[in-house]
Amino acid sequence: MDPKLIADLYSFIPELTVTGTLLLVILADLSLARIRRTLTFVVAAAGLLAAFAFTIPLFGAEPRSLFYGMIALDPMAVFFKAFLLLASLLVLLAAPGSSELAKRQVGEFYALLAGVTLGMMLLAASTDLLMLFLALETVSVGSYIMVGYLKNDRASNEAALKYLLFGAVSSGAMLYGMTLLFGLTGTTKMSAIRDVLSGAAHPGGNALMLLVATVLVIAGFGFKTAAVPFHFWCPDVYTGAPTPVTAFLSVAPKAAGFATLVRFFFTGLAESHGVPPQWATLVSINWMPIVMVLSIITMTFANIAALRQENMKRLLAYSSIAHAGYMLMGASVLSGDGLQSVLVYLITYLFMNLGAFIIVIEIYNRTGSFELKDYRGFSRRSPFLSVAMSIFLLSLMGIPPLAGFFGKFYVFAAAVNRNLVFLAVIGALNSVVAVYYYARVMKAMVIDTGEETARVRVSWGNLALIWVMLVPTVCLMLFWNPVQRLTSSSWHLFLGN
Amino acid sequence: MIGLGHYLVISAALFSLGIMCVLTRKNAVSVLMGVELILNSANLNLVAFSKYAAGNLNGQVFAIFIIIVAAAEVAVALAIVLSMYRMLRTVNLDRADTLKG
Repeated sequence: MDPKLIADLYSFIPELTVTGTLLLVILADLSLARIRRTLTFVVAAAGLLAAFAFTIPLFGAEPRSLFYGMIALDPMAVFFKAFLLLASLLVLLAAPGSSELAKRQVGEFYALLAGVTLGMMLLAASTDLLMLFLALETVSVGSYIMVGYLKNDRASNEAALKYLLFGAVSSGAMLYGMTLLFGLTGTTKMSAIRDVLSGAAHPGGNALMLLVATVLVIAGFGFKTAAVPFHFWCPDVYTGAPTPVTAFLSVAPKAAGFATLVRFFFTGLAESHGVPPQWATLVSINWMPIVMVLSIITMTFANIAALRQENMKRLLAYSSIAHAGYMLMGASVLSGDGLQSVLVYLITYLFMNLGAFIIVIEIYNRTGSFELKDYRGFSRRSPFLSVAMSIFLLSLMGIPPLAGFFGKFYVFAAAVNRNLVFLAVIGALNSVVAVYYYARVMKAMVIDTGEETARVRVSWGNLALIWVMLVPTVCLMLFWNPVQRLTSSSWHLFLGN
Repeated sequence: MIGLGHYLVISAALFSLGIMCVLTRKNAVSVLMGVELILNSANLNLVAFSKYAAGNLNGQVFAIFIIIVAAAEVAVALAIVLSMYRMLRTVNLDRADTLKG
């Protein structure tokens, strides 16, 4: 066996750990019925935590490619591995506190979560179209099952079906685009695709074919990150899925989608010069305006559609689409600043969005409803939940000094640095629109009076989790130096072979 | 003489038929058939490009992986469709209308 492959395996330990966790959870699920629930949870949590610990030493590793150029080990990949493991771990911790999942066996759920996590880690690192497609399908197929996990619930079934059909069609379209790219360049490696397209053997007459291929690939990424007009599945799936799954989908696969989108465009369809690298699009395909327009319509449409939502999960679904729009804006400006802003945004988004979803889970456990009208007067039933929810919503609005403000600040600054002031202005206007629907929830909870007045006690597990999200959302500003250092060293991509 | 162009035309036709099938059919199983057409059009592209243009086997290996992934995807898809059938006694997508807004 090639000694290099063995050496590569040492840098692959986090993924191997997650694979081991997946198998161990399935084994643990075969144990005695009395301890099964606890055992599978402990095994899954320990496994993900171990994988997270194994990822830490990889920070600062020399950028290189692993397994004959299939995946890259670079600061960006390591950052996303750690990020995705953390997101999965937090969702895993939230799962036992949800009354929706309490009706079902959860062992398989944890196994699926581990499997999807593995897929996302590979997706964020893949530098080859084949690996990208396989990882994308691993994430998608696992997510379909997770969405339909409540198989006796009509909404959950319907959500799974819709997710599946949209997902299968968009990954099919993406695949067709990839085959055209392969035909144009004769290779499936992203860096080689760039070299062929920018080099002497430039396929002059095939600009149209390249455009079609790029648009089809964007459709696939658009589906994963839920960008308009590939978002139709998103509100329905988020509403029908069990809420922990909704929380998971709104953060982790979206982040993995952004990782692979950035890698594909910055490695495969852009040239870079100098240190720090200055990027420029290839002469044969200028994709910047396409992604920019996508970002603008994504945030505008989602913010307007969110205004009239009465269901909390649906409202947060549209909110998550809008946030995808801001992040797309960071990616579309094609600069190191832009990449850094996406990473900053993801860190802040992880805590504020998961926090909001955990409160939605807790309120559902107590009231059995996701409707906004049942949130009325909640500040008298549970002041803590109302205050915490208000903080998460203010952060989602982007009000300083909460975490969400910094994400938006970095994105807009990256746009202004590239002289794309109009983009930043559109983004800022959108944040103003967004204030309305977030404030509606706060108004319902704090100002309105509801019929129910009985006090609500928060379960200790969810209480602890809410605090875990609340502290970074409020205090991230105080620890800005480490965050700034982490993100500014993490946006570097491995661009070679 | 049959060349690359012929294969590409057939694959483009398959892709379009697949998309049309997905957009017009009401039956969930028929929609899945449309998805299969799309995936197979990609396979045809890959194998044709691999033979005529690229000069390597990457495309054919890619096609084999797609066949495997398609099988896995359809297994999950049929399970979900079956679960819907148990609940609604139909696989008509128009009946899947609880979630909207």
